[in-house]
Amino acid sequence: MTMMNKTLSSILVMCTAFYLVIAAIGTANASPVDTYVFEDEVMKIRFQALSKELRCPKCQNQNLADSNSPIAADLRRELYDLLKQGKADSEIVDFMVNRYGEFVLYRPKVSELTYVLWFGPAVLVLLAIIVVIVVVRRKPANKEKLALSSEQQDKLKQLLKDK
Amino acid sequence: MGKLIRFLPLILVIALGVVLYRGLSLNPQDMPSALVGKPMPQFSLPTLNNSERIVTSADLKGDIVLLNVWATWCPTCKYEHPYLVDIAKNPQLKLYGLNYKDERAAAQEWLTVYEDPYMFSIFDDVGTLGLDLGVYGAPETFVIDHHGIIRKRFAGAIDTRVWRKEFEPLIAQLISEKQQGK
Repeated sequence: MTMMNKTLSSILVMCTAFYLVIAAIGTANASPVDTYVFEDEVMKIRFQALSKELRCPKCQNQNLADSNSPIAADLRRELYDLLKQGKADSEIVDFMVNRYGEFVLYRPKVSELTYVLWFGPAVLVLLAIIVVIVVVRRKPANKEKLALSSEQQDKLKQLLKDK
Repeated sequence: MGKLIRFLPLILVIALGVVLYRGLSLNPQDMPSALVGKPMPQFSLPTLNNSERIVTSADLKGDIVLLNVWATWCPTCKYEHPYLVDIAKNPQLKLYGLNYKDERAAAQEWLTVYEDPYMFSIFDDVGTLGLDLGVYGAPETFVIDHHGIIRKRFAGAIDTRVWRKEFEPLIAQLISEKQQGK
């Protein structure tokens, strides 16, 4: 009987272990998990914010937080090191831009190169408003044109009389 | 004025067409390096063949340099390799390797099995120099002028077509700059 109990419990332990491994693999596939130890909550929040703000140079539609690529992992490690060194957010962003270009920013800086990007939509909306105003204002003028001249009025009366 | 407004939609459609057509023909992977026009970053790393021999950015200075980022885990590097062997025969430039995030033994074997086109390869196993150069994969090739300024970064494999189009004109320009003592 004790023999049976032992076998049963060891099977149970093995099943639990198996389940835990599967669960671990499941979460590992979901998104890259680095085992960084943060000094405090603020540093953790800054790390998460910056890794969402910075774009992976290799996989261009993913940020550092989402990407599984080796370069993204490297940059996350670099980001962690820079935070640990006590660098400010702006210094970290400059560090990345100096190496990988403005490209790594999901929100590009306002500069001559990005004026169109930043102000283009506003200009388009403004243009659209102007066009609408112009079109609406022109309407009355059109109506006047549509009205019959006195000659035409006379002709119309004539025609109606004939009937 | 009235005529212009009548044609405005047509003009807008044509303009939009031009913009979108241009957008289609751009290569989104083709991004300029932030380092073009800047000096080669400082580094101090061993060579691939001799862990005792430490090289720095000063070792690359004075010549027209091609710095080729390569690794044994990179299949495109294998494709590119015969072209590099060919390029290395040009006496007017020096080809150095940057062995990027690789294993020393495997990389050394690669250079003996194939041919070693490089003056030497810098061994960057952690990728620190790669990071400073803004490298995000392999192969990548940097052109550095005789003042040690990075003049071009090319991501992807070099072959005859790429060499003629992307590198030859710049190399010729750099050679003439060097001869004129600029």
